[in-house]
Amino acid sequence: MIDTVLFIICAIVAVVCGFNLVLQKHPISSALSLIGVMSSLAVLYLLLGAEFIAMTQMIVYGGAVMVLFVFVIMLLNAGSEKASSKSWFAQIAGVPLLLAFVGILAFLIRGVLPPLGTVAFGSWVGGTAEHVGQLLFTTYLLPFEIISVLILIAILGAVVLARKEID
Amino acid sequence: MGHVPLSWYLVLSAILFALGVAGFVYRKSVITVFMSIELMLNSVNLSFVAFSYQLQRIDGQIYSFFVMVVAAAEAAVGLAIILTIFKNRGTLQIDEVDSMKL
Amino acid sequence: MNLWLIPLFPLLGFLLNGLFGRRFPKPLVNLIGIGSVLLSFAYVLFVLSRIWPIDNGYAEHGFTWLQSGFLQVGFDLYVDRLTAVMLLVVTGVGSIIHIYSIGYMAHEGGYYRFFSYLNLFMFFMLVLVLAANLLAVFVGWEGVGLCSYLLVGFYFREGWASNAANKAFIVNRVGDFGFLLGILSSVVVFRTLDFGKMAVAVQGMPVEAGFGTLAVITALLFLGATGKSAQIPLYVWLPDAMAGPTPVSALIHAATMVTAGVYMIARLSFLYNHAPATMEMVATVGVLTAFYAATIGMAQTDIKKVFAYSTVSQLGYMFLGVGIGAYSTGIFHLMTHSFFKALLFLGAGSVIHGLGGEQDLRHMGGLRRAMPITCAALACASFSISGFPGFAGFFSKDAILSAAYTHSPWMFWLGAFTAGMTAFYVFRAFFLAFFGTYRGHQHPHESPLVMTVPLMILAVLSVFGGFINVPGFLSHEYPLAEHENKLAMAISASFGIIGILIAYLMYVARPSLAESAKNTLGGIYTLVYNKYYVDEIYQNTVVKPLEGISRFVLWRGVDETLIDAGIVGGLSRTVRAWGSLFRRIQSGSIRNYATWVLAGSLLVIFVLSLVGGAR
Repeated sequence: MIDTVLFIICAIVAVVCGFNLVLQKHPISSALSLIGVMSSLAVLYLLLGAEFIAMTQMIVYGGAVMVLFVFVIMLLNAGSEKASSKSWFAQIAGVPLLLAFVGILAFLIRGVLPPLGTVAFGSWVGGTAEHVGQLLFTTYLLPFEIISVLILIAILGAVVLARKEID
Repeated sequence: MGHVPLSWYLVLSAILFALGVAGFVYRKSVITVFMSIELMLNSVNLSFVAFSYQLQRIDGQIYSFFVMVVAAAEAAVGLAIILTIFKNRGTLQIDEVDSMKL
Repeated sequence: MNLWLIPLFPLLGFLLNGLFGRRFPKPLVNLIGIGSVLLSFAYVLFVLSRIWPIDNGYAEHGFTWLQSGFLQVGFDLYVDRLTAVMLLVVTGVGSIIHIYSIGYMAHEGGYYRFFSYLNLFMFFMLVLVLAANLLAVFVGWEGVGLCSYLLVGFYFREGWASNAANKAFIVNRVGDFGFLLGILSSVVVFRTLDFGKMAVAVQGMPVEAGFGTLAVITALLFLGATGKSAQIPLYVWLPDAMAGPTPVSALIHAATMVTAGVYMIARLSFLYNHAPATMEMVATVGVLTAFYAATIGMAQTDIKKVFAYSTVSQLGYMFLGVGIGAYSTGIFHLMTHSFFKALLFLGAGSVIHGLGGEQDLRHMGGLRRAMPITCAALACASFSISGFPGFAGFFSKDAILSAAYTHSPWMFWLGAFTAGMTAFYVFRAFFLAFFGTYRGHQHPHESPLVMTVPLMILAVLSVFGGFINVPGFLSHEYPLAEHENKLAMAISASFGIIGILIAYLMYVARPSLAESAKNTLGGIYTLVYNKYYVDEIYQNTVVKPLEGISRFVLWRGVDETLIDAGIVGGLSRTVRAWGSLFRRIQSGSIRNYATWVLAGSLLVIFVLSLVGGAR
């Protein structure tokens, strides 16, 4: 019972924050909305029994990525947006396409997919760090190593790109 | 009241993804566009975890983990690029950065 | 006994002289050029002696050239009595003319080229004569047309020569079109092109009363013959072909190439016998051409043109002969004509050579003192062509006219009257050239031995050649119709003698008579002198419209507008238009790009959901 209520609350929060992200003028407001979305998503992960992922979500996204975003907004002193008429095609065709997109996906999810079950909190306890670690370091070892190299490259790239500013 | 059907999670994921696309298409500041990308990636994560629950396998969460790592790396590099753009063009509006055209 | 050696010798001569002749000294060119033809002649004699008395034909199968479905065509050679006559004429008279050419062409440029072309011509003519199926005949047919073009246009740097060569080739082409249609129809009707097989197949067919399939085939082949053998309506190239050197006129346009049409009809007699309608047409065209050309010949002032129209006229006689079914008489006249016509041309060449290039009869005269041998030889030829009793032409022309007398009297009378005209114009030319006073400014001299000896040989043949009983020889294959008609003989001979006398009167006894005749005839004279303006008519009705269509419709209309601007240009314009349309997508705006990506992915999802997912 309570997981249903929790789901509805978190879903509404996520959607509202998402709308806020799209509709706000100043980037910092959008950044804060994004943090709201991520937090509610973390709760949803917990409801789905994915403890490790929920924690990772909060630490990586909320703790690192969003802080980075806020830093950059502060650094660049990004102001409000100005109107522009260069991308008229996007302005005109965006909403209809998006509505169609959501419509199709909803139809597919409700109609075409085979009947899915329900989510009961606690019915699956296979999402612990131990379980994740076990699979991560055996079957998915190679992608794990590659991901590590990727992070290294990203660090190098970021350092190179942002370096000149220091001179 | 029964438990929450899984399809609601998927619909939520779809809605969040659409919101991310809307942000990408309609917002003019580069940083906001980037944040919309992060929103899209998050929605996909939700979908992965939902299916992982459905199939009672942990592989979905592994994929979600990878997505998160890549998103973090991408955010780092992408923000560095935004800094460079700001340094070269002096503006953060996407529509101003359009010299690669015919 | 390899028949293929007969055409091979001239072919080798052509190759050797053609490829290397530029570096050879003149005697070597002579040796190759004439030696090849003499070798061919010797080999012909050898072959004939081996298969004498040629009761059945001797066939040789060469390689299979064409094998497609039911049609099989090989390079087959065949010798029977008709072939024997033709072979002897071609190689014999050909050798004589080759020897003559040494003297005539001695001071001309391109000496080796001349002999190589002559040899090539001999090769093709021999292929034509020896062929055992229609397609091989066509190879020779086309080949001699090609050589005629090369030789008529020998002085190709002059515009009048290359124009004449073009005219010869193109007019021939029109005839060849008919010939080719005839070949194709033969393939359809007989499913073979071999003469032997066609003869067997046609025996089962009835003799057609009206205009049936066989009549169509034979008429088409005859159209080709009118082109090659210069009959109405395609004779117009022959007088202009006199632009070539005189030995060429003698060999190709008198003795051999132009007789190919007559030979073809004689060879296909088994077809023509079953199509009386066409035969009637052949005879009519022949006799009309004979008369028509003779009228034109009477007014010409160029000695070679007189003889050219004479050739057309005599060919008409040959067609008359084969057209009324008396094939052997046509071939007989072919043989005697090759003797005296070649002699006439070679003699004219001797005169021209002696006068340093003068060809106009009005600038000649009294040459019998300066060129006695030529005069005597030409006298023999003139008597022969006039049908003077005892000479060769008398027997052959008379054979034709006798046959015509019983077949259809109007042809006989027209032919006899034409014989009178023939005698008249030939002796007109003879008297104008050799009698009277010299009206020119050159220093006439007799030609060297190498030219006069061939003249003498041909003179002997022109006088005594009639005693070779060709119709009797050919009676094995072409049964003699009936005996000679004494009355017809007398009538035709007397027409000839009257013609000679009138010519003597007008050009020797009372020369002023010619002038007054020309003035009284006035308009008719101009008409005849200008060849009835046929060339001009052809030019305006056929050539100019074709040129116009070619230039305006095909070139400007189709090629430039439709293909260049329309199809090719249109293609490039379309591509450019689509390109500039699609260029707009790459606007540089990231948001637009994202929207396009969204639209595309939406489409993919939609399509995938329709087909049941990405399975």
